[in-house]
Amino acid sequence: MGQITLTAVRKSFGEVDVIPSIDLRIEEGEFVVFVGPSGCGKSTLLRLIAGLEDLTSGHITIDGTDATDLPPAKRGLAMVFQSYALYPHMTVRKNIMFPLKMAGMDLAAATKRADEAAKVLNLTNYMERKPGQLSGGQRQRVAIGRAIVREPKAFLFDEPLSNLDAALRVNMRQEITELHQELKTTMIYVTHDQVEAMTMADKIVVLNAGRIEQVGSPLVLYDNPANTFVAGFIGSPKMNLITGAEAAKMGATTIGVRPEHLEIVESGGWTGVVGLSEHLGSDTFLKVATDAVGTINVRAGGEIKLRHGDAVRLSPQAGKVHRFGADGKSMA
Amino acid sequence: MARKSSTTAKVVVTLAAWTVGLLIFFPILWTILMSFHTEGDAIKQPWDMLTSPWTLESYAEVQTRSNYALHFYNSVVISLGSTVLALIIGIPSAWAMAFVPGPKTKDLLMWMLSTKMMPAVGVLIPMYLGFRNLHLLDSLTGLVAVMTLISLPIVIWMLYTYFKEIPGEILEAARMDGANLRSEIIYVLTPMALPGIASTMLLNVILAWNETFWTLQLTTHNAAPLTQFIASYSSPEGLFYAKLSAASTMAIAPILIMGWFSQKQLVRGLTFGAVK
Amino acid sequence: MATQQSRIAARFMVAPSVGLLFVWMIVPLVTTIYFSFLIYNQLHPERQGWAGFDNYYYFLTDRSFLIAIWNSVVLVMGVLIITVIGGVLLALLMNLPFWGQGVVRVLVIAPFFVMPTVSALVWKNMFMNPVNGMFAHIAKGLGLQPYDFLGHAPMASIIGIVAWEWLPFATLILLTALQSLDSEQQEAAEMDGASWFSRFIYLTVPHLTRAITVVILIQTIFLLSIYAEIAVTTNGGPGTASTTITYLVALRSLYDNDVGGASAGGIIAVILANIVAIFVMRMIGKNLDA
Repeated sequence: MGQITLTAVRKSFGEVDVIPSIDLRIEEGEFVVFVGPSGCGKSTLLRLIAGLEDLTSGHITIDGTDATDLPPAKRGLAMVFQSYALYPHMTVRKNIMFPLKMAGMDLAAATKRADEAAKVLNLTNYMERKPGQLSGGQRQRVAIGRAIVREPKAFLFDEPLSNLDAALRVNMRQEITELHQELKTTMIYVTHDQVEAMTMADKIVVLNAGRIEQVGSPLVLYDNPANTFVAGFIGSPKMNLITGAEAAKMGATTIGVRPEHLEIVESGGWTGVVGLSEHLGSDTFLKVATDAVGTINVRAGGEIKLRHGDAVRLSPQAGKVHRFGADGKSMA
Repeated sequence: MARKSSTTAKVVVTLAAWTVGLLIFFPILWTILMSFHTEGDAIKQPWDMLTSPWTLESYAEVQTRSNYALHFYNSVVISLGSTVLALIIGIPSAWAMAFVPGPKTKDLLMWMLSTKMMPAVGVLIPMYLGFRNLHLLDSLTGLVAVMTLISLPIVIWMLYTYFKEIPGEILEAARMDGANLRSEIIYVLTPMALPGIASTMLLNVILAWNETFWTLQLTTHNAAPLTQFIASYSSPEGLFYAKLSAASTMAIAPILIMGWFSQKQLVRGLTFGAVK
Repeated sequence: MATQQSRIAARFMVAPSVGLLFVWMIVPLVTTIYFSFLIYNQLHPERQGWAGFDNYYYFLTDRSFLIAIWNSVVLVMGVLIITVIGGVLLALLMNLPFWGQGVVRVLVIAPFFVMPTVSALVWKNMFMNPVNGMFAHIAKGLGLQPYDFLGHAPMASIIGIVAWEWLPFATLILLTALQSLDSEQQEAAEMDGASWFSRFIYLTVPHLTRAITVVILIQTIFLLSIYAEIAVTTNGGPGTASTTITYLVALRSLYDNDVGGASAGGIIAVILANIVAIFVMRMIGKNLDA
């Protein structure tokens, strides 16, 4: 249950091809994250899967059945919206029970299921409140509860954590991941935050301007980015992308080295002067202006006592330099 | 602005504002006062009138000499009937325009509003002749039909602006939760839009109650609402101030009360949303 | 959020209102146009035939036509001037802090909710009547002769009555606009050294312009079709002194039995209203989009 396939899916709004053509296979029980910059089409793709938008062409199959022409109610999917989209005039209990009411379930069974979902999500004490009386995190749990009770084939999450403050975000991220471990249902999760993607996903789909740049597990994307876009998108701080003479030396148009893979050396390497230094105690981030490769970012563990104006020599770790050709694609 | 305004200034402004307010309200106030006196007392000098005995005599006379209750009833039927009909036709239209907008939607709305700006005299003759031939003159049915048509643009417009304030995502959530169109409208849209629908109803009832073109032209006795009834007082038959006051007070009282509650809707509805 | 299904549903849901309004607009209007080209007099049903533009010619060259146009203009302009200026002043006053704001607001708004026939009759009989009206009493009290407002100054009197009815509308709109004025902007200007007067001219007035524009637009449309107030007070008289275009056409339509002629008048009224609307919207439309 929860196997979804997209074949040659295309979506245009008038003249504009928001999604030219996408082929994708999502396996049962996977936690798939659609990630990419604003406007890349990830939310649109999610809504196409949900049935809230029509495909311009192509097919979507759910568990082997063609769902392209099915309305959202008939696809067996549940969606958690960015703004939670709770029914403001209904209590938490009624909100959670609404999909069951639409499915015609009898009151007793529906109440039981709602109560079980509430227990899992720690909402039991809030069942009689209205959404307006809840905090952001609680509202989000209600939205998830509403999705859970339907026992859908797959959960769709549309940037659910964007409206929460930083601390809450970390908590909810973990709760959603734990939920996935417990329910083992397919989850498709849209976000622009690559940290969420890296920590939660079984499989990441990196999107850019309606195209899939790369599909793979977090570590694959980290160790072997397929092109400069993915290389620059995954990982924080961003990978240093260097063009020019140094790149040519290695036989590539662009080379990339992650800030955490640069070492401070006594001799050799690239010389430079420290511009900015950020000392977090656990790590030190340095922004270094070098002669050979321009301004690059360095991340070092622990405390490094270098400040603005200090001279420093940097060298990439062996085997951690990524080479990209003139077309931006990886040369590995 | 968290500054103390001087108390003197406040006193002056209070006096000025109350004076202006009372002056503007005065005609209404006087009418109400006059209604509680006899005919003879009503036309006396103002001070004399106020000091003469108060009575409900004029109210009684109005009811016995004419069938006031009938006209009141007609006004109620026409205002409520046309409003309810306009809502039944208008809610689906406003839903469609608010939630499934097409490229022509804005134009369509503008066109609907423009039908309200057409001078009624331009179509008076065919309407009058048509009504006469269809035996609809002086009938509640005919009048309700006309009033519904002239109410539609404002009703649809106001509902549209209220619907637009409902987040589309909530309706999408309902769809994902398995609701078909009917369920979506009944269980989610209407409860959320209820305040907006109520406001629209309120405003439209007021406008329909006070409408004085079609109600004057198309009715004579049987279906005459209060507007027509009061107009018939324009040819005076002897002393009649107190009765006019009584009739007027009864005619305007419900609307004054409703109007008090509907100020915000008035601004939104009659400026077609341009000022909120 | 539009899928094929919802689009189809939407079309069905809009259809009834569009259809009804379309019929309501087109059918009567076309009929009037048709009649206007006919010889059609109810007193002389035997005379039939095509009148061409004769009906229009007679209507436009009738002396009362020009008088009616003038009266219409005077009425609209008069009421607009009183309500806009009065409305701005009242709104400014009511925006200041004072005790009992809620009550005063109700007092000022009330006249708008009084039905026009009641307003007109109350003013006609209780105030302007030269024998028993309030103004007459006041005049006598001051030793002056009472003035026959409606007889000697019909247009002015009607303008007064209509202005009383519509002043609350203008005030309410302008007050709403005033209250949405950005107080932070005002404070910033104060810190920059602007006097109360400068702030009024450079901040308040531009903000109000949009609201004033809306008031003028809406009121013009409604004022052109004023009927009840004239019918109930002066019947357009004395003579044609207070007959507006709307009243003239209505009179002709109902009492003249000349269906052809009255229809021509009706169409002329429609054309004039459209001209005014386009003119007003163009002149003022740029303010709205700003």
